[in-house]
Amino acid sequence: MTADAAKATAVLFAVVLLQVSALWTQIVDVPLVALVCVSLLRGSLFGAVAGFWVGLLIDTATLGTLGFSSLLLTLAGFWAGRYGETTGRDRSHAPFLSIAVVTVLTTVGALVLHYLLGDPAPARVVLVDTLPKEFALNVLLTVPIWALTRRFFPPRELGDRVSEVRLLG
Amino acid sequence: MAVLGSSVQRSTPSGSPSSRTSALRRRIVVGVLVLLSLALITTSFRSDALDPVQGAAANAMRPFEIAAERVSRPFRDAWGWASDLVHARSENKRLEKEIEQLRSDSVDAQLALQDYQRLKTLLAYRDSPRFPEDFYGVATRVIAQAPTRFEQRIVIAAGTADGIREDDPVVTAAGLVGQVTKAYRHQSQVALLTDGQTAVSALDVNDQSANGIVRKGEGGSDVLVFDRVTKERTVEEGDVIVTAGSRGRERLPSLYPRGIKIGVVTSVGQNDLDIFKQIQLQPFVSFRSLHSVLVLVPKSRPR
Repeated sequence: MTADAAKATAVLFAVVLLQVSALWTQIVDVPLVALVCVSLLRGSLFGAVAGFWVGLLIDTATLGTLGFSSLLLTLAGFWAGRYGETTGRDRSHAPFLSIAVVTVLTTVGALVLHYLLGDPAPARVVLVDTLPKEFALNVLLTVPIWALTRRFFPPRELGDRVSEVRLLG
Repeated sequence: MAVLGSSVQRSTPSGSPSSRTSALRRRIVVGVLVLLSLALITTSFRSDALDPVQGAAANAMRPFEIAAERVSRPFRDAWGWASDLVHARSENKRLEKEIEQLRSDSVDAQLALQDYQRLKTLLAYRDSPRFPEDFYGVATRVIAQAPTRFEQRIVIAAGTADGIREDDPVVTAAGLVGQVTKAYRHQSQVALLTDGQTAVSALDVNDQSANGIVRKGEGGSDVLVFDRVTKERTVEEGDVIVTAGSRGRERLPSLYPRGIKIGVVTSVGQNDLDIFKQIQLQPFVSFRSLHSVLVLVPKSRPR
């Protein structure tokens, strides 16, 4: 678990740097896709903490409002992790579905938060012009990132995942 | 006989004491993180208390950001070069025509400038700060860009240690980029012209009585609008729009010096219901490919 945490810290740090300092694009969200993939493989608790860390890094690197991205990504990581622990476990469509859902939810969440904070929040621009492109590209990006994430964080064996059983009789 | 439960529902709270503890721990951790995020948003939004911490953390990240930017630059340049090739032929034709026009304009402008200097001296005219004479430029690298469409902001690798303060104008050779919104010791945040919170008083070079406000357009692209221009003013497609600066000793002087290029008018419209014209601008600056910028610092400011 400690090794996983150290690996996730370093990998997500690199991914955030890639997004804010290298890619300079606003229509694909690499940290979000990486976070969801890690959360699916390592669970809700891991996902929530990783989401908080990624959000903090983004807000620090872009000198944005601290806590803004953390809030959204904590919830995104938690939800993706929970989905991975329960319904999405071992299902091949799980990463694509969760990226799609999380992309839509975080966009809507960001829109609402910006509105609440009194920032400009052009709903039509975000939901009609930007979201479809971001949705499609994030889902496409899931293929390589999911493959890479599985190499960095190999799925745990069944014995590792089920830590205890109940005696029924 | 003891039988192992084949489907272990670890999420159900009615499971074993250990799974209940695990679920409780999970909820507590998420709750704490959410509350912490809300506390950070509140503190960061309402006060400057977290600025030193954020500044220190940003400084710690700065070498990594610069390294990432340097490593990725050749790839970005290659991409830009390849995409520029697509339009190279038509762009070349357009530029040749523009050069011919500018050559003839340049002669007229030089004559007008000489007249202007002579008349200004005769009248002992007291002018507001002008660009670029009354400013020195801090050239700096762009090291980060906000990853969402909500914020049209960049981070530059220069800060208060270089004489930069909040509200300083930021330009490139092409024209106006935006203004500094946060300044830390070694880096600053710049809100681009395309940010929803940026607005600039501006005027038409061809008819200087046509003045208004340049701000982000309603669409999702980088198109700007030249707003608050009354219908009786003459603005035509192709007109160049520049910053208006401050006239005389206004109570709220403009943040931008007079005469910085902003963009060219691409469409002009008006209707009976609106008291202002609807004017769209194409900015001179390409906001998607900013590598370096110049922050204008007034020479009057103590260094």
